[in-house]
Amino acid sequence: MNPPDQLLNKFTLLENFGHSLKASSYCIQPKTSEEIYETFQLARKKGLSVSTRGGGRSYNDAALNGGGMMLDMSAMKRITEWDSTTGVVRCEPGVTLQKLWEQVLPDGWWPPVVSGTMFTTLGGCLSANIHGKNNFRMGPIGEHVLEFSAVLPTGAEITCSPKKNADLFYAMISGLGMLGVFTSIQLQMKKMHSGLIEVHAWPTRTVKEQLSLIEDNAPKYDYIVGWLDTITIGHGQIHAANYLPEGEDPDPQKTMRLENQNLPGRLFGVMPKSILHYFMTPFVNNLGWWGVNTAKYIASLRKHTFRQPHAAFHFLLDYVPDWERSAGRGGLIQYQSFLPKERALPAWTEMLTLAKKQGLPSYLGVTKRHRPDKFLLTHAVDGFSLALDFKVTAGNRAKLHKILQEYDRIVIANGGRFYFAKNSETSAETAKAFLGEETIAKYKKLKKRCDPNGLLESDLYRRIFGE
Amino acid sequence: MRFPVSDSPKPAQATPLNPRRRGIIIGASEGMGAALARKLAKEGYTLALVARRKDKLAALCAEINASAKEIRALAYVHDVANYHEAPILLLKMVADLGGLDTVIFMAGVNFPPGLNNYNFEGDRKMIEVNVIGAMAWLNPVAEMFQNAKAGQIVGISSVAGDRGRIGNPGYNTSKAALTTYLEALRNRLTRHGVNVLTIKPGFVKTEMMKAAQGATPFAIEPEKAADDIHKAMHKRKQVVYTASIWRWIMLLIQHIPSIIFRRMSF
Repeated sequence: MNPPDQLLNKFTLLENFGHSLKASSYCIQPKTSEEIYETFQLARKKGLSVSTRGGGRSYNDAALNGGGMMLDMSAMKRITEWDSTTGVVRCEPGVTLQKLWEQVLPDGWWPPVVSGTMFTTLGGCLSANIHGKNNFRMGPIGEHVLEFSAVLPTGAEITCSPKKNADLFYAMISGLGMLGVFTSIQLQMKKMHSGLIEVHAWPTRTVKEQLSLIEDNAPKYDYIVGWLDTITIGHGQIHAANYLPEGEDPDPQKTMRLENQNLPGRLFGVMPKSILHYFMTPFVNNLGWWGVNTAKYIASLRKHTFRQPHAAFHFLLDYVPDWERSAGRGGLIQYQSFLPKERALPAWTEMLTLAKKQGLPSYLGVTKRHRPDKFLLTHAVDGFSLALDFKVTAGNRAKLHKILQEYDRIVIANGGRFYFAKNSETSAETAKAFLGEETIAKYKKLKKRCDPNGLLESDLYRRIFGE
Repeated sequence: MRFPVSDSPKPAQATPLNPRRRGIIIGASEGMGAALARKLAKEGYTLALVARRKDKLAALCAEINASAKEIRALAYVHDVANYHEAPILLLKMVADLGGLDTVIFMAGVNFPPGLNNYNFEGDRKMIEVNVIGAMAWLNPVAEMFQNAKAGQIVGISSVAGDRGRIGNPGYNTSKAALTTYLEALRNRLTRHGVNVLTIKPGFVKTEMMKAAQGATPFAIEPEKAADDIHKAMHKRKQVVYTASIWRWIMLLIQHIPSIIFRRMSF
C-alpha cells in the first residue's frame, strides 16, 4: 500500500500582485537552510521544480511555479544583527521592508532603496534587484548589499560579496531566484536626521516638459518621481524630495518614532481604508478614471512644498489596502519600459497615443530617472522609466496583448529594456533582444554551475529562459 | 516508480493576457472523453489526456494540437486498473500542465454477464476500474483541491447506478458506488469552494453501448453528451443527466415499488 503523498495537502493556489494570474504549487515554509536543502532533495525525488516566494508582490509570474514546489520564505523573517552605530543590518530573506524600516528608523537609519510597497521581502528585492524613486542617485538595492549567503541546489552554502564570489554576487542579485536561495543578507542602511522628508510638488503640462523637468531637477534632489495622466496625455505632476539635513528637524527622535510614521488606517477619520477599494471599482473605467485623473491634475496645479513621514512618501501603494483589487476580476498588469534618455520622448509619445487610439489607455503612468548598474540581468539604463497600469478584462485581453506586443517592438527599437518584476507578457525573443545573447549565455552557464539538475524554475523563468 | 520531468512537450505558458485553465481527462481516447477534450481544448484549456490505448491517444493529441496551432493536449498512457500508478502520474501531469483546475473521471468498463450468468471476473474488473480507479484518482485530487480551496471534479457515472436491475448487477453496483462516492466528495468539498459534478449519461453511441443488450432508447451521439457536460461544467452544476430526458425517466424508475420492480424484466 502506498503511503498518502505528503505533498498533496500542501497544494496552494497562489496569485500575482495584480490578481491577474493564478497557479497552484506545493508550498513548503522552511525555517532554516537545512530545510531548504531538504526541499531540494524532496523535489528531485518527486521530479518537481522548486521556486521561491516572499511577499508575492510581483506583478507577473516571478513568484509563481504552477504544478511545482514553492518555498514560501515568509517564516525566515528574523533580523539577526543590527548595529545602530554603523547602520549595518543582517536579515533572513523573508524579512519585509516594513520590518526592516521599523527596526532601523527609531535608531536614525532608513533603507537606502525601497519599493512602492513595504510588503516585499528582502529575498525578493534582491532577486529582482528592485529600485526606488532614487535610482538615479542610489542605484538598485544590490549596490547596498555588503554580503549575502545562499544555499544552492547542489547543497553548497556560499557567501558572496562584491569581492568574494563576485560573479555570483552580481548574478544572484537580479537573478530571479534561479541560481540559489538566499539565507542571510547583509545591508548598509542610510543615516537619517529626521523622520520627515521634504517634498516639493509641481505640475507638468506635456510629456516633454515632465521629462526635462525630471532631468533638470534630479541632481538637486534625493528622490524624484513623476505622475503622468495617460488619458489626457501629458498632464502630470512631479514630486521631488530631499532628506532633511542635520539640525533642520528640531526633534528627530520624535519624528522617527514609529507612531509618527504609520499610515492612517481611516479616511477622513471615519471610513476604514480596508474597504476603500470597493468604492474605487466604479471609477476604474475610461470615463471614471478620466474624472479621477483630471481632479488629481487640477489639485496639483498649485506648486507646493510639504513635509511628510518617510513611510507616507515611499509606500504609496500601501496607502489604500488591496487597491489592486479595484481593477475587478481580471486583475491588472503593469508594463514598465526603460528607455535611454534621448529616446524616451519619441517612444512614449508613440506608445501612449497608440493605446489611447485603441480605446485602451493605461490608468496610471509613473516616470522615474535611472542609471545603469553592473548586475547581470539589469533592467536599468541611463534614462527614464515609465510604468503603466492596465486593467485586464475577459473582453480586452486579445486587444491589450496586441498593443503590448507593439510596445515591445517600439521599446526594443529604441534601445530600451524591461524589468522582470513587472512585465508579464515579455516573450523569450524580446528578452533575448534587450539582454543580448552573451548575457543569457553567461546566466545559463552560472545556472548550470549552481543548479546542474535544473531544479529551480519559476513560471517567469520558463517564459523567458525555457527551451 | 518515478516519471522524469522533461519527457513531455511543454504546453504554452500562461500569462495574464493569455490565461489557461488546466484539466485532466481520464479515459479520453474515444467517445465522450475525446469529444469533451476537443471542446475544452478549443476553449483554451491545456489538457492532460489519459487512456490505455497509445495510438488513439496520440492521434487525438496530434489532432487537437494541430488545430490549435500550439500544444494544448498532452498524452499519458495508463490503465486505470493499475491504481497504484495514479498518485505519481497525477503529480507528473500537474507539473507538466503548470497547475490544475479541473479533473474529469471518464474511465469506465462494462462487462454484461448475460441474463442467467454470473461472471465474477467481469464484475471485479468493473469495480476495479469504475470505482477503485475513480477513488485512486479523485482522492488525491480532492485533497489537493480542498487545500487550494478551488477546483472542479467531474465524474461520469451512469443512469445505471440509480437502480439495481436484472441485466448487469456488477455494472449497476459500480455506478451506484461511484454516484455515492461523488456525492460524498461534493458534501466534503463544496464548503472549500470546490465544485463536484456528477454526470449520468443514458445511452451514448460509443463502443460501450455495443455491449448493451436489448433496446437503447434516447441514444445520443458522444458530441451531444460532451456538449451537455461542457455546459454543466460552466454552470458549476451538481448532478446532470444526458440526455436530459433521463432525469424524468429515472425519477419515475426510482419510484417504482420493489414489489413491482422485481417482477419486471428490465
